Amino acid sequence: MSGTYLGMPSFPVAAREAVNNPTLRANLRHATHTIRAKRAVAVAELADWALLREAGKQIKDRTLRHLDTLLVELEEKVTAAGGVVHWAADAEEANRIVTELVVETGEREVVKVKSMATQEIGLNEALEAAGIAAYETDLAELIVQLGEDRPSHILVPAIHRNRGEIRDIFATTMGEWGRPAPDDLTDSPAALAEAARLHLREKFLRAKVGISGANFMVAETGTLVVLESEGNGRMCLTLPETLISVVGIEKVIPSWRDLEVFLQTLPRSSTAERMNPYTSTWTGTTDSDGPKAFHLVLLDNGRTATLADEVGRQALRCIRCSACLNVCPVYERAGGHAYGSVYPGPIGAILSPQLRGTQSDIDASLPYASSLCGACYEVCPVAIDIPEVLVHLREQVAEKGGKGHRLEKTAMKAAGWILNHPAALTAGERIASKTRALHPKTVPGASAWTDSRDLPALPEQPFRDWWKKNRT
Amino acid sequence: MNTRETILTRIREAVAQAPEVPEPARDYLPSHTPNDPQTLVNLLAENLTDYRAIVHHTYEDTLPDLLNQLLSAHGTQSVLVPPGLPEHWLQASNAQQIEDSSTHTPHDLDTVDSVVTGCALAIAETGTLVLDASPDQGRRRITLIPDHHICIVRAPDQIVASLPQAMPRLDPTRPLTWISGPSATSDIELDRVEGVHGPRTLEVILLSSRSGD
Ligand code: SF4
Repeated sequence: MSGTYLGMPSFPVAAREAVNNPTLRANLRHATHTIRAKRAVAVAELADWALLREAGKQIKDRTLRHLDTLLVELEEKVTAAGGVVHWAADAEEANRIVTELVVETGEREVVKVKSMATQEIGLNEALEAAGIAAYETDLAELIVQLGEDRPSHILVPAIHRNRGEIRDIFATTMGEWGRPAPDDLTDSPAALAEAARLHLREKFLRAKVGISGANFMVAETGTLVVLESEGNGRMCLTLPETLISVVGIEKVIPSWRDLEVFLQTLPRSSTAERMNPYTSTWTGTTDSDGPKAFHLVLLDNGRTATLADEVGRQALRCIRCSACLNVCPVYERAGGHAYGSVYPGPIGAILSPQLRGTQSDIDASLPYASSLCGACYEVCPVAIDIPEVLVHLREQVAEKGGKGHRLEKTAMKAAGWILNHPAALTAGERIASKTRALHPKTVPGASAWTDSRDLPALPEQPFRDWWKKNRT
Repeated sequence: MNTRETILTRIREAVAQAPEVPEPARDYLPSHTPNDPQTLVNLLAENLTDYRAIVHHTYEDTLPDLLNQLLSAHGTQSVLVPPGLPEHWLQASNAQQIEDSSTHTPHDLDTVDSVVTGCALAIAETGTLVLDASPDQGRRRITLIPDHHICIVRAPDQIVASLPQAMPRLDPTRPLTWISGPSATSDIELDRVEGVHGPRTLEVILLSSRSGD
C-alpha cells in the first residue's frame, strides 16, 4: 500500500495522540453521531432491508467464488465496447501503468474523482515523481490535499476538520494551486463550497485526462458505476479526452440487475440518502459523448491473498459505505488517522492487515483496535462479520509469537484507556451480553446507550471483562 | 506468466476449496409503493422536493408558457437544447437557443445559463431522474455545466416505482446519468450545501396529458 503510511506507529500509539486532541474528538463525535442517526431513519424506510442486505451478501459471495470468470467476462465486454483493460498485481505495477498512460497523452496534469484504490496505491505521489500534478476534486479530498493532510474517513475524508480550519486552509493555500480563495472568505459552508467550485472549475474545463475509481463493475455488460454527490465525478468522467479507472478486482458484480440491490443499500448506509445526487454509468466509450479513450486498470494488491483466507475473505464484500465507522466507539475516539491506512475504522482493522500482511507494528496491532461490540456487523449492508474476522486475525498475530504477544499487551493497555466509556456503557455491555440469546430490539431502561446508536449483536463476553482477564 | 494469468491463477487457487455459492435469493420487494399512477406521481414529486429540486406540474399545451416563465425568472439569456427536444416546447421563450454539439468546448458550455431536457425515466421511491443521452437529452455534459437544469418527465408513463422496476427499462450500453436532486455536498461538518459542481438549481416539470379531464 501507499508509502504515505510507512513508518506509522502501531494503532495504540497513534490513537493516544488523537484521544488527546479535543478539537478532533469533538469534530468526529458530532459527525459520526449525526450521520448514524440519519442512517437509521433512511434504512427504516425500507421494509425489506434485511432481505436486501442478505441479497447483497449473497451476490458478493457468489462473485468472489467465481471471480476469475467474472473478470474475464468483464474484460471481454469492456474491450468490445472500446475500452482497454490492464491488469496490475501490486501498487507499483498499477502506478507504472497509469503513469505511462498519462505520459502518452503528453499531459502534465490530471483531475481525479475520489478513489480509495488510487489512495491505497499512492498514485498521486507516483505521478508527482513523474512530474505530473494530480488534482483531487472531491471537496473533502481537496481540503485534505490543500491541508497536506491525510483522509480520516471513507466517505467524509475531512471529517476531522471543522469549518474554521477549512477556511484557514483555503485562504492560505488555494492560491498556490490555482485560483485563490476570495479575500473575504467566511467560514460558512456555502461560502467555502463556492470557493471550491470556482477554484476547481478552471481545472475541470481544461482537463484532458481524468482518473477515477468505481463503486461497481458489471461483468455482464462491461459497465462501470460511480456514485457521488457533488458533480466533480461527472466532470472527471465526461469532460476529459482520456479516462483512466483504477479498480480493485473485488468490485465486479455479475449482472446489471444486481445494481438494484446495491443502489438501494449503498446510499442509505453511506450518506443516509434515498439516493445520492449523481450516479454515472458508462460502458467503454461512446461516440462524441465523453472520453475518446478509456482505460481500466484491474488491481490485485493483496486482494487475492485476502481471498485465500476462508474467514477473512468476507472483507472483500465491502462496498465502502462507511456505516461501520460511524457506529464504532473506538473509531469515534481514536480518529481515522490512527489506523495508518486509507481504510480506517472497523473495515480498515480487518482489511489493511489482510491486504498488507501483519509484519509491521501498525498492521499487527489493528486486529486489536476494537471492543468487539458488534455494532459494525449490525449496520453493514453486506453483513460482513467484522468481529469474527478480528478474532481470527488476532489468532494469526498471536501465533506469530513474541512480537504479537507484546503488541497485544500494548494494544490492550491503550484500548482500555481509549475505551474510557461512561459507566453506563460498561454496565450496558455487561447486562446485555448476559442476555444475548433473549436480546430484544431495544433494551428497556438503557436508553442513554441505545438512543445513540443501532443496537448491535452482542459479543459472548463483554470486552472489558475479557480485557481484565487478559491484561496481565 | 503475465500479470493477467498470475492474478487469475491466484484467484483460482484461493477459492479452489471454497464451497459452491447458490444464486442469490431475490426475495426483497419489487417495490415499496402501490402501483397506482397518481400515487407514483405524488411520491416522485414529494421525494424530488425533499432533495431540494423544484417541482412543477403542467400539460402539453401549457408547457411552452411555463418554460418561458421559468427561464425568465432565472434570468436566462441562453439555453442549451438537445437535438431531439420537441421544437414547440421552447416556442414561447426569447432566450437564445444553443443546439448541443460535439464541437462545443467545455468553456463554451460554461457561458450558457440553462439547459432543458427530457429523461429516460424517473424513479418515484428514490426521487431519481435517469438520463440516457437519447436525442431529447443530449450529451452527458450538457446537464452538468450550466447552473440551471430543467428536466421534463412525462407523467405517469415515464415514472416507475422502484429500482427493481427501473433496471430492465434501462439500456446499460448507453451512458446513463442518474440525478437525485441538485448537486450537493455535506463535506463541511455534514451541513448540506447545494451546487458544488453540477447545476445549483434543478427544476422538474411533470408533464401530464389532459385526457383524464
Ligand atoms: S464493512 Fe460493511 S459497513 Fe463497513 S464500509 Fe464496508 S460495507 Fe460498509
